[in-house]
Formats: sequence, structure tokens, C-alpha cells
Amino acid sequence: MADQGKVDPMHQFEVQKMFDMFHVGNHEVAFTTSALWMVIAGLLLWVFMIGGMKRQLVPGRWQVAVEGFTGFISSMMNANIGPEGRKYTPYVFSLFMFILMLNVLGLMPFGLFGLHPFTVTSHFAITGVLAILSFAIVLIVGFWRHGFHFFSLFVPHGTPIWLMWLIPVIELVSFLVRPFSLALRLFVAMTAGHVLMKVFASFIIDGIAAGPAIGIGVGLPSMALMIGISGLELLVAGIQAYVFALLTSLYLNDAINLH
Amino acid sequence: MDVQAASLIGAGLAAIGAGMAAIGVGNVFGSFLESALRNPAAADGQQGRLFIGFAAAELLGLLSFLIAILLYLKAA
Repeated sequence: MADQGKVDPMHQFEVQKMFDMFHVGNHEVAFTTSALWMVIAGLLLWVFMIGGMKRQLVPGRWQVAVEGFTGFISSMMNANIGPEGRKYTPYVFSLFMFILMLNVLGLMPFGLFGLHPFTVTSHFAITGVLAILSFAIVLIVGFWRHGFHFFSLFVPHGTPIWLMWLIPVIELVSFLVRPFSLALRLFVAMTAGHVLMKVFASFIIDGIAAGPAIGIGVGLPSMALMIGISGLELLVAGIQAYVFALLTSLYLNDAINLH
Repeated sequence: MDVQAASLIGAGLAAIGAGMAAIGVGNVFGSFLESALRNPAAADGQQGRLFIGFAAAELLGLLSFLIAILLYLKAA
């Protein structure tokens, strides 16, 4: 923990227990701030989707927004997988909307009496589980459809015989790194962005604390930069959610269509 | 040199990788924009690949940031 007067940029990622729930063996399962924000994201998504399902022939604004998101993911799945992708669109859509909502909820600008927004996806445990979920679906779909022929994924077309000792090993390693890279990408993007914003905010606070001259000289440019960086963080939140969904659809295409 | 000082110096050196990632990401978007201005009609179809390329370049830069953060938090 930071001592008085020092800004701690890592405090925003601290997970606090809210109340105990039940035992599993030796471990306590508690309801934490992470779980709270996931419930908030789920409720907001539920309200958003319900509001857009009125099925008017001439859609109102809310329905247009919901259909914008569903059409976006649906066309992405169609472009990457083809007509077989329709089965997996609900999963990829849920994944995309959940990650997007969690990312954006972490950017909300309030910080009163110790209450602050918590970015659920800034923990490797959360993004790791999402990545493992995607990877498990890819593996199950691949082996269910193709059986052991799935391993032909690691031998690209036109591989000469004298490279057969090297290429499948490289392909296998690159395949196994996929869930790790999915999780790491989202986690580090969120953590780095939020640490950056806290550091710039600390410049403003420390500048004001050092007197009016330094306060204006350092605080005003930092404030302008903060506004720009907050906009960039919104963009990164959207892009990282899209990239997670896009790569999941590409890995599903590898499993479904092999090559 | 004690371990803490070495960790902090290592963290600073690892952060150089983040600057190199900036060059990489700029390369991806720059090539896309350059070719999109030559053939605007075909540009929209390639947007998906643009973001895949961006994600890959950014991931490697974020890996070096991760090493820097690990060393920094171990030292401080």
C-alpha cells in the first residue's frame, strides 16, 4: 500500500472480498468486487438486449444499436467461417459484448469516497478463463468433427518431406500458445492503459500540490493529455474486445474448415 | 550491484521494446493507409486483416512491457 501523499497506480486493480459464499473443500468461495462488476455488466447487457428486441418493422434507435452489434458479429463470423459459423455466433457475440462491457465499465469517470470503477478484464485470471473457454471450444469442435484428422492442421499444404521433423513442431507450439496470447493481449492492454491514466492523473495532483505556478504549468498539459488518453483507452477497449472475438472466430475456422 | 538495482535497470531496458512495438504498429497501419489510398474500393474488405495485424504487433510490444512491469514490481 502507498503511504500518505503518494499515488499508487496499482491500487485500482485490488480485488476486495465483499461477503463469503460457500466452501469447496479447503477453499473459501467469496463474492468479490470482481464478481460484483461482472454481475453489473451482465445486468446492463441484459437490459440493453431486451430494449432492442421489440421487433418493430421500422426500428427505433435502441433496436438499431442492438442490431448494429449483432449484424457486426454475424457478418464477421460469416466472413471468417462461412455458413457453418452460424452455430457459434451466439457464443462469440456473448464473448464480444461481455468483454466490451467490462472494458468500458472500467473506464467510467467516478472516484468518490473510495468507490472507483474496477476493470474486471485487467486480471489475468479472468481473461485466462475466457481464453481457455474459447480454446476448449475450438479443440472440442475440431476433434468432434475430424477425429484424429485434426492433426493435419499442423502440416500445411506443400510441406517438403525433409522438413517434416521441424514444421509440425513449430505449428504445434504456435497452436498451443494461442490461448495464452489471447489472455495476455487483453490483460496487458487493459492494465497498461489504466496504469498510464493513473500516472498522468498523479501528475495533475502532485502539480497542484506543489503550488499554483507548477500546478498550472504541469497540470493543464497533463489534463489535456488525460482527455486524449481517455479517448484512446475507449478505442483500445473496443479494439481489444473485437480482436478477442475476431481471433476466436479465426481459430474456430481452423478447427471447422481445417485448411 | 544488488538485485534490486539490477531489476530496476532491467525494467528500464525492457521498456525499450515498447518503443519498438510503436514502430511495428505504425508500420501496419501505415502500409494499410498507403495502399488504401491507391485502391479505396478494396480497402473496406481488408479491415479485418488490418486489426489482426495490429493485434499481433501490439501483443509482442505488450510482452516487453509485461517483462518491464514484472521486474519493476519485483524490485520496488
